Amino acid sequence: MLAYWVRYHEKLTTALLQHLRLLGIVLAISIVIAAVLTLLISSNRRLSNAVVGLFSALYSVPSLAFFALLIPITGIGLDTAVIVLVIYNQYLLVRNFLAGLDSVDPALIEAARGMGMTPVQILLRIKLPLAFPVIMAGIHLAVISTIGIGTIASVIDAGGLGVILFDGLRTQKIVKLLWGTVLSAGLAISANALLSGIEHLARKRLHFS
Amino acid sequence: MTVAIEFQDVTKRFPKASYDAVDHVSLTVDAGELITIVGTSGSGKTTLMKMVNRLYEPTSGRILLDGVDVMSVDPVKLRHGIGYVIQQIGLFPHMTIAENIAVVPKILKWDKARITARVEQLLTMVRLDPAEFAKRYPAELSGGQQQRVGLARAMAVDPAYMLLDEPFGAIDAITRAGLQDELLRIHAEHARTYLFVTHDIREAFKLGNRVLIMHDGRVQQFATPAEIERQPANDFVVELLQTAEESI
Repeated sequence: MLAYWVRYHEKLTTALLQHLRLLGIVLAISIVIAAVLTLLISSNRRLSNAVVGLFSALYSVPSLAFFALLIPITGIGLDTAVIVLVIYNQYLLVRNFLAGLDSVDPALIEAARGMGMTPVQILLRIKLPLAFPVIMAGIHLAVISTIGIGTIASVIDAGGLGVILFDGLRTQKIVKLLWGTVLSAGLAISANALLSGIEHLARKRLHFS
Repeated sequence: MTVAIEFQDVTKRFPKASYDAVDHVSLTVDAGELITIVGTSGSGKTTLMKMVNRLYEPTSGRILLDGVDVMSVDPVKLRHGIGYVIQQIGLFPHMTIAENIAVVPKILKWDKARITARVEQLLTMVRLDPAEFAKRYPAELSGGQQQRVGLARAMAVDPAYMLLDEPFGAIDAITRAGLQDELLRIHAEHARTYLFVTHDIREAFKLGNRVLIMHDGRVQQFATPAEIERQPANDFVVELLQTAEESI
């Protein structure tokens, strides 16, 4: 194991950094789109149900099939991987963002309106802080899901830890396979721990516990 | 007496409803009055009140505050001048007591020192020790204490009008009696115009210098408690007075 690291650490680090880059790009785009979408549809119950239903259907498309479907349009490489992962994340994020806004007690909104807060003030000072734990839970899911499905993106030449995993599988090199597993699982587990910590702190700060 | 609030033939019909929630109500309230509005659920009492700060808008008719039609004023600005207290209290759980009270002063860009002084003054007014309560969170207070803060928050920028929507409805009887006395004291000390909605006829008679009895969206009687007891306007009022006596 260690000998492999010493010899190939550059390759492993590159794969890890590629994976982190993919995660960063996907997450940034996903959150922006999901936030805008949520604000646009949150006031209309039927529309928001339809949108979440649509993303739920897309979420159920297997990732390999989704990649294959997009290759004729966007080709192989990072772009296609980013598009697919962003679409998957919309289901996790929009659903949780909507649930977060819904979880805010209507009496608080009425009190805020009655006091003369504008819709923007209500969103920023009341709804967002109170919905924050649920919003974070959605982001948490999206991070874990993106790290996981991101490994599969290597089959369409998008790089990342999947390259190590699939090379190890194909060439029957156990050590390589193990390093791929350790790094991708380690990334997912540490991201999970970090985000759980943030959620816990958020709930404590909001005096929900 | 100067007229503070005037309802001119106000009607409210909600979309898809087949009847008027408020049905051609005309009345005037003088400055400094504490009016209680009493009725069963569905009587239109809350709807009538919520049209004053435009949480609802009248289908027809006009509501004048100090002679100005509320529909001609920006609703956000209008509401800064009207204190609003609801049954669910509605304190923001992620803000301290002081921050809750400071919401409207902050929106109006008061400076820090003025806000701090005002928060202390208001907490003292509702008999909560500022040193003990200012930095606490709503969840750490009892229901009665929370509604004291609700009152203080509504009065933060000293509005000329106060709307109270069954503010003591969810509070136990003993605490409620104490809060009713506090409200009377505060109203006596800071003469502002209050509209107080309740379904409890005894609360209405105890607090209101005049009582507005609503049923089916219409005013049944609008008079002082003594006048209503001496001369009930119709069978509905008689019945309402009887149920109040029976429940004692």
